[in-house]
Amino acid sequence: MTWNRKKAPTSADTPRARVLNRLLGERRLGWIGLAVALLAPFVDASNYSLSVLTSAALFVMLAVGLNIVVGYCGLLDLGYAAFFAIGAYVSGVLATTYGWSLLATVPVVLAAAVLAGVIIGGPTLRLRSDYLAIVTLGFGEIIRITANNLDITGGPSGIYGIPGLELFGLDLSSPVAFYYAVVVIVALAVVGAARLGRSRMGRAWRFIREDEDAAEAMGIHTYKLKLAAYIAGAVWGGLAGILFGAQLSAISPQSFTFLWSALILLAVVLGGMGSTPGVVLGAVFVSVLPELLRDAADYRFFVFGVLLIVVMIFRPQGLWPSQASERTPARRPEVQKEDAWQA
Amino acid sequence: MSQLIWNGLFVGSFYALVALGYSMVYGIIKLLNFAHGDIYMLGAFAGFAMLTMAGALATSAGFLALLVVLLIAMLATGTAGLILERVAYRPLRSAPRLSVLITAVGASFALEYGMRLVAGPNPEVYPVRLEGTTVHLLGARVTVQQLALVVIAVLLMLGLQWLIMGTGTGRAMRAIAQDPKASLYMGINVNAVIARTFFIGSALAGAAGVMAGAYYGKIDFLMGFIIGLKAFTAAVIGGIGNIKGAMLGGLVLGMLEAFGTAWLGGEWRDVFAFSFLILFLTLRPTGLLGERVTERV
Amino acid sequence: MAGVADAPGTLSAGPLLDVQDLHLDFGGIKAVDGLSFSAHDGDILSVIGPNGAGKTSAFNCITGFYKPTGGKVLVEGNDITGARPSAIAARGVSRTFQNLRLFGELTVLDNVRAGMHMRMKQNAFDALLHTPRFRRSERQATEEANHWLDFVGLRGDRGGPARNLPYGEQRRVEIARALALGPRLLLLDEPAAGLNHGEKLELLDLLRRISALGTALVLIEHDMGLVMQVSRRIVVLNFGKQIADGTPEEVRRNPAVLEAYLGKDEESHADETEVPHD
Repeated sequence: MTWNRKKAPTSADTPRARVLNRLLGERRLGWIGLAVALLAPFVDASNYSLSVLTSAALFVMLAVGLNIVVGYCGLLDLGYAAFFAIGAYVSGVLATTYGWSLLATVPVVLAAAVLAGVIIGGPTLRLRSDYLAIVTLGFGEIIRITANNLDITGGPSGIYGIPGLELFGLDLSSPVAFYYAVVVIVALAVVGAARLGRSRMGRAWRFIREDEDAAEAMGIHTYKLKLAAYIAGAVWGGLAGILFGAQLSAISPQSFTFLWSALILLAVVLGGMGSTPGVVLGAVFVSVLPELLRDAADYRFFVFGVLLIVVMIFRPQGLWPSQASERTPARRPEVQKEDAWQA
Repeated sequence: MSQLIWNGLFVGSFYALVALGYSMVYGIIKLLNFAHGDIYMLGAFAGFAMLTMAGALATSAGFLALLVVLLIAMLATGTAGLILERVAYRPLRSAPRLSVLITAVGASFALEYGMRLVAGPNPEVYPVRLEGTTVHLLGARVTVQQLALVVIAVLLMLGLQWLIMGTGTGRAMRAIAQDPKASLYMGINVNAVIARTFFIGSALAGAAGVMAGAYYGKIDFLMGFIIGLKAFTAAVIGGIGNIKGAMLGGLVLGMLEAFGTAWLGGEWRDVFAFSFLILFLTLRPTGLLGERVTERV
Repeated sequence: MAGVADAPGTLSAGPLLDVQDLHLDFGGIKAVDGLSFSAHDGDILSVIGPNGAGKTSAFNCITGFYKPTGGKVLVEGNDITGARPSAIAARGVSRTFQNLRLFGELTVLDNVRAGMHMRMKQNAFDALLHTPRFRRSERQATEEANHWLDFVGLRGDRGGPARNLPYGEQRRVEIARALALGPRLLLLDEPAAGLNHGEKLELLDLLRRISALGTALVLIEHDMGLVMQVSRRIVVLNFGKQIADGTPEEVRRNPAVLEAYLGKDEESHADETEVPHD
C-alpha cells in the first residue's frame, strides 16, 4: 500500500533504456546533446564536416517533426519530404525572385505548410488511418512533379542563388555561423516538439495512437487532433526546408524524392517512435552513417529497407524507446473526500 | 477521341493487373502492400533476365517466347510474393497496423535497392521490343501487339475471376475477407489462403511487369514505385478490396490519364492521377463499387 | 443504500438519459430492436439479458460508436442520436468498455488524465512556452488524477505503464478514467467481469460512492447478485427486444424474465460475446 515508486522496473522489456533514462533524464540528455553539437566544430571545422554536421542537424529537425505525426499520433506519413520541399521552394522563390530575406519568408512558409496539411490531411484523416500513408506518398510525388514542371520553381534545374541566413542584421552565411544558427534553431525545434508531446495535446495524440475509440469516448475529437498532429509535422518540415535552401543555396526537385521521406521515417523508427532522444540519435545515425560508409553506398539503402523490417519484427519500440514512466512522489493515502469532485 | 479511349484502355489494363493484387491483399488482410509495385518491377527484371539468357533464340521466336517468359516470370514473382508474405508480413499478423505499414515500406525499399545491387542503377533495354503492324480500329491506331497484350490481360483477369468465384481457394479467400476469425473456426487454413492470395496477386503484377517491359522497352529498379501508387489509385477508384472494382478502376484511371494528358500535357499526367486519388477519397472513399471504409468500433 | 442523491438539483425537465425506441440492424440481424428506457440523476440502472441480447450494441448506440438505424437518444432533452462519441462525451456521458480499453503503453496517471482532456485549460502556446497557466493546469490534472485513483482504490504503481497492472487494477483505472471526465452519466460495460469475490464487494461499494456523487449509473452486468444489490431499476433485454423494466423485485418476479433466463442459462457470469462487434 505504498505509493513509493519501486526500484525495480516494472516492465522487463527495456531495463537498460529505463536505467539510462533514469540516470540522465530527458532534460539533462538534451543539454548533453546540445553541448556535443556545439563542440563538434572544435574537433573538425573543415567545410566538409561542417556541411555534414549541418545536414545532420536539419535531419534531426525533420525527424522530430515527423515523430509528432508517426511517433506521437501513430499516423504514417510517407510524403514528409513534401513539406520540406514546400518550405524550401516557397522561401527560395520569395528570396531569389522577389528578394525577400529568409526570415521574412517564414510566415508565408508557415501558411503554405498549414494549407498543404489541411488539403491533404483534411479529407484523408477521416478515413482508415492507412489511407493517409498512401495519399501522402502520392502527395510527395505531386509536389515534386509540380516543382519539376513549373517555371517559377525553375523546372528540373530548380532554384539557385538562395541567400544565406541573416537574422536581425547578423550575417550568418559562413559555414560555421550557419551551423551554429542551425543548431540553435534545431534545438528549439526539438524542445518544442518534446514539449508539445508532453502537453494536453500531445497526450491526446498518444491516446489516439493507443486506442482511438477509447480516446474518442473521453471526449477527444480524434479527427481534429489527428489533423493538428499532421499540421504540426508540416510546420516542422516547412521550417526545416527554409534552412535546407539556405544551406545549399540551390534546390531542385531531385532533392525531395521519396527516398528522403523514407530515410526520415527510418530515423524515427530506428530511434524509437515517440521518443525524443531516440529520434534525435536515429536522425544523426541515419544522416551521418552514409558519410562514414561512402564505399558501401550501393548497399546502404538495401540495408535500410531490411533494417525497417527487422526493427518492426524484433524491436518495434526502436533502439531507444519512449518510456511510460512518471515519478510519483511518496504520498500518504489520502482520505477519500467525496466533495472533491468537481465537474 | 477513340485514340484516347484506346490508349486509356491499354494503359488501364496494366493498372488493373497490378491493382488486382493490391486490392486482393487489402481485401483479405487489410494490408496496404507498398511492395506490390516492386513485385511488378521484379517481374520485368525476371523477364529481362530470361530473355537476355535466351538471347537470339528469344528474339527470333518473338511473341511466343514472350508468352513462355511471361508464365515463368509469373511463377517467379508469385514465389517472391510468397516469400515476402512469409518473411515480412506473417510475423506481424497481430501487430499494430502502423508496424505492418512500416514493414511494407521497408520491404519496398529492400526490393528496389536489392534490385539496384543486382542490376545496377541504370535502365536496362528489353531484348524483345514489340513494335508491330498498325491497324485502324474504330478510328484508333492500334498495333497488333497492343491488342495481344490487352487480350492477355483480359484472359488473366478472366482466369482470376474464375479462380475466385469457382474454386475452393476463391471461396476461402472470400470467407477470410468477410471474417478471418470465423473462417479459422470453420477449418479454413487461413495462412495458406493468405499465402495463395499473395502468390496470385504477385503473379499478376509480374505479368504486368513483363508486358510493360516488352512494350515500353526500358526497365529500371524504381519503375514499380509510380505504378504501385497508380495501382492503389485504381483500386481506390474502383473500391478497394473489390476485385471487379480493381479492374474497373484500372480502366477508369487509364482513361482519365489519357484525357488528362491530352488536356494538360504529359508532364502533368501523374499529378492529375494522384489528384484523382485525393478527390475520390474526399468525395467517394468507397470507390465506384466498394463497401464502406470508415473505421468501425 | 444510504447517500444516494435524492435531489437532482437542476431544473431540467425530464430524464437525464432518454432512449426512445432504439433500433440497430447489422445486415439483417436486429442487434437492438425497439429499446426504450430512461435514467434520472442519481439513478443506478442495470441492463441485463442473456448473451447476444444487444446490451453492448445499445451502449455503443448511446455513446455514438454505432449509428442507430432507428429511434432516438436524448441527453437532458438534447437529441444526440448519431453524434460523434466525443460530442456525446462533451455532454457528460462517460463509459467503460466491455473488454478493457486502456492506453496500455501509457502511464496509469496519463490514462486518467485522458478523462480531463476537455476540461484542461491550456493551448499549444502554453505548452511550447511552459507558461504559468500550463504548469497550473498540469499540476491540477495530476492532483485530480491521483484523486480519482484514490477514489477507485488503486494500489498499484501509478507512474508505470497501465498494461503492467493486474487485471482487477486495470478495471479500476478504467473507471477512474471515466470518472475523471466529470460525467453526469456513467455507462459501465460489465464492470465485474473477471473480478474475484473480494474485488466484487469493493466494486459494489465503489458503485455506491459514485452514485453518491450525483452521477447516474447505467451498467451492463451478468453478476445477478451484484445487479440485485446495487440497482434501483433493471431493464431486461432478450434478442434485442426489451422484455422487462422495473425494480429488482419486479424483475425477479417477471415471468418473461424467468423464461428468458432460466430457460437456458442460470450461469451468472459467463463472458459475453456480443453479436457483430469489431
